[in-house]
Amino acid sequence: MSNSHKYETVIGLEVHVELKTKTKIFCSCPTEFGGEENTHVCPVCLGLPGVLPVLNKRVLEFAIKAGLALDCEIAGFSKFDRKNYFYPDLPKAYQVSQYDLPICKEGRLEIEAEGKKKTIGITRIHMEEDAGKLLHSGTTITSSHYSLADYNRTGVPLIEIVSEPDMRSAQEARAYLEKLKMILEYIDVSDVKMEQGSLRCDANISLRPIGAEEFGTRAEIKNMNSFKALQKAVEYEVERQAEILDEGGSIVQETRSWDEEKGVTVSMRSKEEAHDYRYFPEPDLVPIVVEPAWVEELRNSLPELPDERKGRLVNVLGLSEYDAGIITGSRALAEYFDRIVACYEEPKAVANWINGEFLRLLNAQGLEVTESKIDPEDFAALLRYIADGKISGKIAKEVFAEMFEKGEKPDEIIKRKGLIQISDEGALSAVVEKIVAGNPKSVEDYKAGKEKAIGFLVGQVMKETKGQANPGLVNKLLQERLESL
Amino acid sequence: MRKGENVLSLTGLTAYKLSELLRKREISSTELTEQHLELINALEGKINAFVTVTGEDAIKQAREIDKRRARGEELPSLAGIPAALKDNMCTKGVKTTCSSEILYNFVPPYDATVVEKLRAAGTVMMGKCNMDEFAMGSSTENSGFAPTKNPHDLRAVPGGSSGGSAAAVAAGEVVFSLGSDTGGSIRQPASFCGVIGLKPTYGYVSRYGLIAFASSLDQIGPFTRDMTDCALVMNAIFGHDSKDSTSAPVEAPDFTGYLKDDVKGLKIGIPKEYMQSGIDQQVAAYVKKAIEKLEELGAFCEEVSLPHTEYALPAYYIIAPAEASSNLARYDGVRYGLRVEADDTISMFNETRSRGFGEEVKRRIMLGTYALSSGYYDAYYLKALKIRTLVKQDFDEAFAKFDCLLTPTSPTPAFDFGEKADDPLSMYMSDICTIPVNLAGIPALSLPFDTVDGRPVGLQLIGKAFDEGTLLRVAYTLEQNTDLTRPKPDLEGGAAE
Repeated sequence: MSNSHKYETVIGLEVHVELKTKTKIFCSCPTEFGGEENTHVCPVCLGLPGVLPVLNKRVLEFAIKAGLALDCEIAGFSKFDRKNYFYPDLPKAYQVSQYDLPICKEGRLEIEAEGKKKTIGITRIHMEEDAGKLLHSGTTITSSHYSLADYNRTGVPLIEIVSEPDMRSAQEARAYLEKLKMILEYIDVSDVKMEQGSLRCDANISLRPIGAEEFGTRAEIKNMNSFKALQKAVEYEVERQAEILDEGGSIVQETRSWDEEKGVTVSMRSKEEAHDYRYFPEPDLVPIVVEPAWVEELRNSLPELPDERKGRLVNVLGLSEYDAGIITGSRALAEYFDRIVACYEEPKAVANWINGEFLRLLNAQGLEVTESKIDPEDFAALLRYIADGKISGKIAKEVFAEMFEKGEKPDEIIKRKGLIQISDEGALSAVVEKIVAGNPKSVEDYKAGKEKAIGFLVGQVMKETKGQANPGLVNKLLQERLESL
Repeated sequence: MRKGENVLSLTGLTAYKLSELLRKREISSTELTEQHLELINALEGKINAFVTVTGEDAIKQAREIDKRRARGEELPSLAGIPAALKDNMCTKGVKTTCSSEILYNFVPPYDATVVEKLRAAGTVMMGKCNMDEFAMGSSTENSGFAPTKNPHDLRAVPGGSSGGSAAAVAAGEVVFSLGSDTGGSIRQPASFCGVIGLKPTYGYVSRYGLIAFASSLDQIGPFTRDMTDCALVMNAIFGHDSKDSTSAPVEAPDFTGYLKDDVKGLKIGIPKEYMQSGIDQQVAAYVKKAIEKLEELGAFCEEVSLPHTEYALPAYYIIAPAEASSNLARYDGVRYGLRVEADDTISMFNETRSRGFGEEVKRRIMLGTYALSSGYYDAYYLKALKIRTLVKQDFDEAFAKFDCLLTPTSPTPAFDFGEKADDPLSMYMSDICTIPVNLAGIPALSLPFDTVDGRPVGLQLIGKAFDEGTLLRVAYTLEQNTDLTRPKPDLEGGAAE
């Protein structure tokens, strides 16, 4: 182990987000993930000689929405530039991107890591087009006999969100990325699926002696395909750099790749080998002028964002920070919660059921909130049954599982299975009488001071009534009966 | 063999006359097309204006037009008229090479917007015309295949880069053609070949499907044998195109409405800088003769200064190559065109591009790459953009006083093959009068005005953005009042030897 505590870690993230527009950024091909190779293509995204790009307005709209959600300044005047480099997955040999006049700049994002809140600066957000994918016959392009190119992804719109070097630990980096994902999901501009590549992250990492002002030399880490990978890669890289510094060495400015299997970062190319992208303004597109009125319209169209929403759940609805955090962790879940609460105004009970049974079943089957078959009204109806003492919590779980499975209404399930709780004193007294008569040993124990024995007797009553007896009432009746003996 | 004795010769006529004959059904498009194909067959060995002749397709199109006309359909004025395209405009199913080995086998799966428009107008497409490779050059000597000869004098270059398009019209092989103009590539060959060439305002004609040389400068325009045809072709090809973001969203005029034999009261500026450096005495004398003629017809001509003219050429040779270096990067052997196999991908790129591109194209790719490189961008590209703004301001100031400007199109008449081929700088000077116009994005046309030793000389008329109308009016007036604007090549005589 090195003395990494001597150093302060400095991390900045560059996050690429595929926007979920229906069509590509400069043509009308579908953006859909998957699809047979080279079927979502046309002359424009294939960069055939003579074609010209036309900006998809929805891309601009989504980029501005992301900027607004991240508290950015939206540029009234912005433009596209060409980033030039040769690679077989890039059919024009340049990527249309934004260089010195990005659509959004100077935003911020509040995160919480290791119990502490912190604001991370957003340097900029810019729009660009995605490249295609290569399938190599070997492991790399240089070691392959041939490579196959699939251009379905070429021209899928991306935004790149660049943070300030404000993060100081792997936990903060992870919290930042998780929060970013949550916000992008809320504003509905991306699928944000790391495993499908619609959310991709590069990390710039450097160390400096604690107290130093100047940044150390950084390494850029690529190829981290999950939150866990990001955290592990940062941790590894911090150790690696600390060891080099401890030994009096210096960090090489380079691009490194995270090797998930080996759990290490490996050098890809040094600064000297870095591309000179020869950026210049894209002459085939006109500058982008954004009317302030449109920005305001988009601002007003934004949904309630996670922090705001969580605040409302805690302060207005009285949920715990923890429960509110889970519920607002996804927009779909939070909206589901709101819809149930609209039918049944007991937020705490709703939260308990959502964070308990609902998420348990969802996770067990690997489903998304939106795939749930339970209608919010039915969810509310079930909770009302419990509150009215018509069914027990235990029965309710059973009913809930069936609702989850088939989307059936709770009334129907309860009726069909005859699950209404027995709260009729007369009916229950008869059962109590029978159990007391049939279990003299337990009655004796109870009388002898073993108060726990009543639990067994309650259980017997419940068994006798197939769980439908109101447990509170059973307890009361049993106690009265035993006292009277 | 040329046509038989007793057959009416239909080559060499203008589109509007032919259109009249077709409409009255005195001739058919099929015979018109056949006669032009015969002439192409007879002349191509000498002229080499075409990279590809699409004879069979042309006959088919002509028959279709004749059928439609026979059914009594009302057809557009260019319907049934034989025309040709520069080989940098994409044609669905027809090879489009840019006269480059790197695209020797490229068959586009789509039509350029101008091609769609001409098809809609019923034009008969005769083929694709030779050019300097990727439109880089002023003589067609940079064609990756073989140069085109000037129909007026086979020892002379036809000009470039749209030399094939100009020569095809001059020789009568087609009635009109389209070229593209990045720094003079329509006007200079029009001047050398004695035909009319118009470079419209940037954004007037869609660039969709035009294989880019320098995107911010390229513009498509017509070659015709007279001004009425120029207006008719413009009517057919211009207009806003949603596939081209730089296409201007402007209202459609009828260009024939500008054909007025009247320049009375028009103020015409004569930029003194264009009359100085290296201009041929004879060419200068013809410009003066034109000025006298225009004054005689009631126009006011006066000298004007465009002080930044001398910086236009160097600025152009930064901006155009910079854009070209990026535009031509896609020719990497991966997806279409030439591929030279090699051990790995990078070597394949290198080998393909080394062999596929000619000298001049490589020179400009290197110039442009250098100008955009980190550390040089501000000194070259950014400075060139500033000069571009100054050149534009010069024109704006001039147009505050004048309706249009008159200059020579090129400092000299057509030069001989080989004369400038080994000296890129002197070749670049051939476009010194045309380049500032592209930097400013404004329209200009070249009108033939007399010849020197049988080689035509062109006048350039430069106008305000979207004011092609004034240019058409002035050129039309000169056309109506002199016999100098229609030099005819003598292809059966000495020049054809």
